[in-house]
Amino acid sequence: MPMKIGDPSFDTRVEKGLKDTFMRQAVTSAQERLKLAKGKAEEELGNWEEWRSLSEEIRAHTLENIDYYLHQLSENVSKNGGHVFFAQTAEDANAYIKEVAQKKNAKKVIKSKSMVTEEISMNEALESVGCEVIESDLGEYILQIDDHDPPSHIVAPALHKNKEQIRDTFIEKKGYTKSSNPQELTLFARELLRKEFLEADIGVTGCNFAVAESGSISLVTNEGNARLATTLPKTQITVMGMERVVPTWEELDILVSMLCRSAVGQKLTSYVTGLTGAREEGDVDGPEEFHLVIVDNGRSKILGTEFQAALHCIRCAACINVCPVYRHVGGHSYGSIYPGPIGAVLTPLLEGYDDHKELPYASTLCAACTDACPVKIPLHEMLVKHRRNIAEEKRTTLSETFAMKGFGLVASSPALFNMSTRTAPFMLSPFTKDGSIKNGPGPMKGWTDIRDFPESKKERFRDWYKHRESKKGGGSK
Amino acid sequence: MIQHRETFLENVAKQLGRPGRTSGVKRPVYQKSPQHNVMKDHSKDELLAILKDQCLAIHTDFKQTTHDGIEKAIDEVLEEYKASSVITWNDPRFDAYGLSDFQKRENVDVWDAGKESRSIELAERADVGITFSDYTLAESGTVVLLSNKGKGRAVSLLPTYYIAIIPKSTLVPRMTQATDAIHKMVEAEGARLPSCINFITGPSNSADIELNLVVGVHGPIRACYIVVEDR
Ligand code: SF4
Repeated sequence: MPMKIGDPSFDTRVEKGLKDTFMRQAVTSAQERLKLAKGKAEEELGNWEEWRSLSEEIRAHTLENIDYYLHQLSENVSKNGGHVFFAQTAEDANAYIKEVAQKKNAKKVIKSKSMVTEEISMNEALESVGCEVIESDLGEYILQIDDHDPPSHIVAPALHKNKEQIRDTFIEKKGYTKSSNPQELTLFARELLRKEFLEADIGVTGCNFAVAESGSISLVTNEGNARLATTLPKTQITVMGMERVVPTWEELDILVSMLCRSAVGQKLTSYVTGLTGAREEGDVDGPEEFHLVIVDNGRSKILGTEFQAALHCIRCAACINVCPVYRHVGGHSYGSIYPGPIGAVLTPLLEGYDDHKELPYASTLCAACTDACPVKIPLHEMLVKHRRNIAEEKRTTLSETFAMKGFGLVASSPALFNMSTRTAPFMLSPFTKDGSIKNGPGPMKGWTDIRDFPESKKERFRDWYKHRESKKGGGSK
Repeated sequence: MIQHRETFLENVAKQLGRPGRTSGVKRPVYQKSPQHNVMKDHSKDELLAILKDQCLAIHTDFKQTTHDGIEKAIDEVLEEYKASSVITWNDPRFDAYGLSDFQKRENVDVWDAGKESRSIELAERADVGITFSDYTLAESGTVVLLSNKGKGRAVSLLPTYYIAIIPKSTLVPRMTQATDAIHKMVEAEGARLPSCINFITGPSNSADIELNLVVGVHGPIRACYIVVEDR
């Protein structure tokens, strides 16, 4: 599955999301529970802000010196007998992975959850050379057997499905005969997948963090599937986005602690596994061969720009879990495997504005994402920068852009009242920068209007959306 | 083998607007280090109390025993889990803790470094896997296992149930102490790390179906920690 998911337009996707009542309830309750758990985990630490500052400092230092740390990482992997392939593009990465599969004469590949392999469409590439690729993360497995339904959340990919739908898929595709009880459904998948693990020729994993000083990769999971994928098959291929490196085990401690707490409110997940090279002399389990594929695929373009901090992301989904827009439209509306605020920032950076120009507007700029982020990425400020860039790219339609999107949003979003003063200048900058906007009667009227706008927190995105639709209907487009 | 590194990293340096760096980078002295203050002056007994509490949160059974009571404690767990077949690590600590007779029982297999497929098969069929803990993290309720040829990865993974024997002396406040020790191993000249270091926190679980917690997915479906007073 490529990074871009689904063909319908942004509007169609949003429309669909708003109408899907189960999905919206599921998302709402998931957000509430995950937020609560994270809040508790933050409190337990006591000095969350110190941890955040430290995490930010670690990420900033690493990205500033990313060539140094990737060099060190690859040296150490190689020293321990592993193979390292630096892939500039998705095609390069897939070509290498296919080559390994063919050399190993592999028929069956078992995968643990990995966003970057989704991003580069690795499954399709492997299938094209005759490999069967099996997802082993429970959520990913459910989506895969349901005719490759796209994921809607980066931590809980099948969040948009209810247990009855899952039961029906199991019945239809796998001959399941029991109830929709999650325990029974899970046990059934465990048994099916255990067989696959024992038979697989290659295990493919993502990588939460790679440790440069020792050439290790780490995997953070609850289900244990990443452990199986790196214990049973004879060959292991790990695919990592190039930014996913840390200097030493000391930094790994901090970032893993932040990831677990921010993603699921756990102190540590059930399994945090650090793997160094292939099996050692005398070991009887673990892979005989280890390949690390380090992927750029558009990431380096972000370095040295005002968006560099977006590469600090540790994929915890905390920003998604607090986002009021995500709550209303769900993950599929973003049309990318990276949804929510981080998706709205990252997707246009990796794939360009053309296909994703609406994404930076799928936000109320309420700054909840920025406040939630464990590595302090200024997400909402980046969304404003995107809007400015898009507007600048399309000067001819500038006023329309803001009237329709930015301003429609501002005007109907009481959330803006809650904006802290530090965000206000960012909000205003695109408008004040351009004379025609600043003096334009329409938008400015909108801005002043919101002062009296009735508070309706829950409905704000829908209001905005309706408002925008009615404006469109009014012939301005 | 390392492929395409030079062009890849050159491009990265170019994007950063500076010459490439492959040496001479020092880690900064970080402004804050809150990780070292967690449970800073806690005694082993205080850490033990925290571990015990944390076991509730991670759905893990907890037992505490003396050096002499350890075999009995294991038997109690086996009975509670209605488990019969066992696989253990091949680890000298079993001997040191008086468990060599236990390892000789008919229903108990020991991980055999010489026999790959057989060891994996035994682990896959066993009801219970038993290992010692190398470091034990009180804060999160985590046992840290360093692999080697006698300490197979599969023992804590493939069986239906998992028992970790925790010498009280292995208790430390949190992940920080374990990663500091691993960092020191790396710095020690010439050493390579164990190929697999597992931080295990309770049984496997998933919340992928409507965010309902299900305990027991691909790894063990139930786990017990047995803390042993050191001699
Ligand atoms: S941007 Fe921050 S909050 Fe969002 S997923 Fe990344 S690290 Fe987590």
